[in-house]
Amino acid sequence: MTSHPHVLPGRLAYFTGSRSERGALLAFAVLILVLLPLGLDVFRLNIFGKYLTYAFVAVGLVLCWGLGGILSLGQGVFFGLGGYCMAMFLKLEASDPVSTAIQSTPGIPDFMDWNQLTALPWFWEPFHSLAFTLVAVIVVPTVFAFVLGSALFHRRVGGVYFAIITQAVASILSILIVGQQGLTGGLNGITDLRTLLGWDIRSDAAKYVLYYVNAFLLLAVILGGAYIRNCKLGRILVGIRDQEDRVRFTGYNVAAFKTFIFCVAAAFSAIGGAMFTLQVGFMSPTFVGIVPSIEMVVFCAVGGRLSLVGAAVGTLVVNFAKTTFSESFPELWLFAMGALFIGVVSAFPLGLAGLYERHLAPRLSRWRQGGSAAAVLSSTPGE
Amino acid sequence: MFDGYTASELVSIFVMQGFAGLILFSVFLLMALGLAIIFGQMGVINMAHGEFMILGAYMTYLTSHVFKGAFPGIYGAYFLVAIVVAALAGAALGWLLEWALIRHLYHRPLDTLLATWGVSMILQQIYRSIFGAREVGVELPDWLMGAFHLSDTIELPVNGVFVFALTAAISTIILFMMFRSRWGLQVRAVVQNRPMAGAAGINGTRVDRMTFALGCGVASIAGAAFTMIGSTGPTAGQLYIVDTFLVVVFGGAQSLFGTIASAFSISQSQSSLEFFMSGSMAKVFTLLTVVGILLLRPQGLFVLKMRK
Amino acid sequence: MSNNDFVLSVEDLTVSFDGFRAVDGLSFYVDTNELRVVIGPNGAGKTTVLDLICGKTKATEGSIKFKGQELTRMSEHEIVRAGVGRKFQTPSIYEDLTVFENLEVSLPRGRSVLGALAFRRDAEVVERIESVAEDIFLADLLDERAAVLSHGQKQWLEIGMLLIQSPELLMLDEPVAGMSLSEREKTAELLNRITPGRSVIVIEHDMKFVKHIAHKVTVLHQGKILSEGSLDKVQNDPRVIEVYLGH
Repeated sequence: MTSHPHVLPGRLAYFTGSRSERGALLAFAVLILVLLPLGLDVFRLNIFGKYLTYAFVAVGLVLCWGLGGILSLGQGVFFGLGGYCMAMFLKLEASDPVSTAIQSTPGIPDFMDWNQLTALPWFWEPFHSLAFTLVAVIVVPTVFAFVLGSALFHRRVGGVYFAIITQAVASILSILIVGQQGLTGGLNGITDLRTLLGWDIRSDAAKYVLYYVNAFLLLAVILGGAYIRNCKLGRILVGIRDQEDRVRFTGYNVAAFKTFIFCVAAAFSAIGGAMFTLQVGFMSPTFVGIVPSIEMVVFCAVGGRLSLVGAAVGTLVVNFAKTTFSESFPELWLFAMGALFIGVVSAFPLGLAGLYERHLAPRLSRWRQGGSAAAVLSSTPGE
Repeated sequence: MFDGYTASELVSIFVMQGFAGLILFSVFLLMALGLAIIFGQMGVINMAHGEFMILGAYMTYLTSHVFKGAFPGIYGAYFLVAIVVAALAGAALGWLLEWALIRHLYHRPLDTLLATWGVSMILQQIYRSIFGAREVGVELPDWLMGAFHLSDTIELPVNGVFVFALTAAISTIILFMMFRSRWGLQVRAVVQNRPMAGAAGINGTRVDRMTFALGCGVASIAGAAFTMIGSTGPTAGQLYIVDTFLVVVFGGAQSLFGTIASAFSISQSQSSLEFFMSGSMAKVFTLLTVVGILLLRPQGLFVLKMRK
Repeated sequence: MSNNDFVLSVEDLTVSFDGFRAVDGLSFYVDTNELRVVIGPNGAGKTTVLDLICGKTKATEGSIKFKGQELTRMSEHEIVRAGVGRKFQTPSIYEDLTVFENLEVSLPRGRSVLGALAFRRDAEVVERIESVAEDIFLADLLDERAAVLSHGQKQWLEIGMLLIQSPELLMLDEPVAGMSLSEREKTAELLNRITPGRSVIVIEHDMKFVKHIAHKVTVLHQGKILSEGSLDKVQNDPRVIEVYLGH
């Protein structure tokens, strides 16, 4: 105890948070960086990589819903926009005039040719450039979230109304994508993606590389989320969730804060979407509509709406269960998923992370303290 | 998009599409009235509302089968019976759901939303197990077939007129119950001040359960009407839930009259646009307009200025 | 003396809800270093007046000038930033945060999104928070979650959350509701201590407490001013007696 107990050592501390947060993050990093790659073959690892792309959405929801109390039922929109931006670039690369020579109009994506389009639509043009694409992956969904968020939050639309309107937006976008087959690939989506600047993304080596890129991006996003939660902005969000008027009458522009965190959640989801496209090799409207959007909320709820790592773990657990279950008992899966929705909301509102904090963590710390007397002495008696 | 049509053709198109939209209007309105009562009066978001509608549709399907087997002579009357069966089944299931789940989640509207979504998944799977994944349809009784001819170019389908009359009757009954009956008075009392209503001897728990059951029963009647415009599958309800929520929000959640106006404008614009563009684009166009208006006027079309 | 010399001048203020005039052509002026108490029977429009000043409710007619700025055209957070602080009737604090964090969130530094991201809890911040905590009798409870405070302590915490913003106009809606007698005395002492250098408006029913703090009292009735002046003067005003005792 050199200086005052309340002074924090510096902003870096915001990234790591409390000791149990640090421990959880470290354990999760070991799981996805070491254990999964060692324990799974490349096919299964790729599937887990796919699950981890949904975790970006869940982490964004912890910030926006768990912390800020803003429930968005349209996160699939941002996941999809990010994914579609990436898919458009990859599709254009796969549709060079040589490999599409048999089409009536060579050089445009195959589904456009099937739909009697004879030229590339204008909004596809810039996606020839990878630099533009990478910027668009983040910027397009974030700007969309900004427009939607600032319009609604400035007019004090929140809670249930916000949830319903975001859900409507998800529904509209998925109907639009399905309906405009010639421009978007319709219900099938944008498929048959092969290379990134000539590098075959379907090879085993590429799958490993992409898995690790995805895993590191996810950890970075979790760290960024931890910073937001632990700095003053995080406490303002909690304030907005619990006492919105008090925050407003403390001189904060509440709408600006809500818009900001909604945009952050959108940007996170978009990164997940782009990584999905790269790892799975296609993007389709089934990841945009209301069903995937609300499922992603449940991933977050199962893991724990207040815990960043918890939400990521929850995503893995639910998806792993879904795959295992629906392979062997396809009928039971919907029952199980429905029960999960009901159970998590009514019995375990803090999810797996809450169960851990309540039951496992005290036992762990007792065990640790029993293990060494030194630990008891060094641990601060800060109750 | 109006190129190539003469003015009188356009009038006929709008009149015909308008009446074609009547059944859609009826489905929207009955669904939305149920949702609006439940949300407006209890603050509960029922995401399984679409499944209650489908329950009514399946009940209609079952009733038609029973009639075909047991009373082929009076087959034409099955639809009237089906409406009653649907309403009772929906209300009973709603009663059960309120008792088992909803009452534990009052004051947590976002959580009811997620939990009832879980309910909707379970109901869908139950329907799939019982009725199969394939869509089923019912045969229209003879007296609902055909059309009234108003002029050379304008004719009104009989089933549309019937369903519209049914909806008008049910809406009137609901409005009457809400604003003229003792039960409606109790509901409104509980909404405004629960402890005070309790002190005045009103059983709030019972009123809640009745309200929820009523909303679900009305949704099931919507399902009976729905069998006339579409075939029934386990997931058909989900397609209507978003539209119905928009109807409620667009109308202003506190205003039942607003709900009627909003159901009418949304169903009519969708139905009229369908003549000029594909069904999905008509829907996109309609929903986008509604969301756009809500961005500018989030309180909906009709709302009272209140002292907070 | 021109009306602009007052810190707060409210003129012809009117708000109606569906034709009901909750505040009706109200005018009053508050000076620096003044502690004004507003009393009146239920439904007199006391809380509505505070709502109007802090921007929670928009006025139908009239003007509210604070240091020459027209508040009726400003948004809530701009009004706060101009120097108006307001405590609500039921204590609204952040129950999930500690007392320290409650005060930190209220600190007028890092009020923009980027500012909040870059905010650092340095020695100066901690010092300021501790000195305010001292003022509001909560110095020993800084690390407690606000949810565990007593009702009176929550009221103090909310007052502290306003004080830390150094407002020039402080509005308190029933600050001693739910407090014990000794807590009321401490609050009276606190209010008398913080009034110099600013203006304070208090809504209160407890006349003993009002006697301890009031410089001047305004009596509202049906959205209008019934009487104004020293406590003695209004207490002996026959119209006030009529309203309080007449029916």
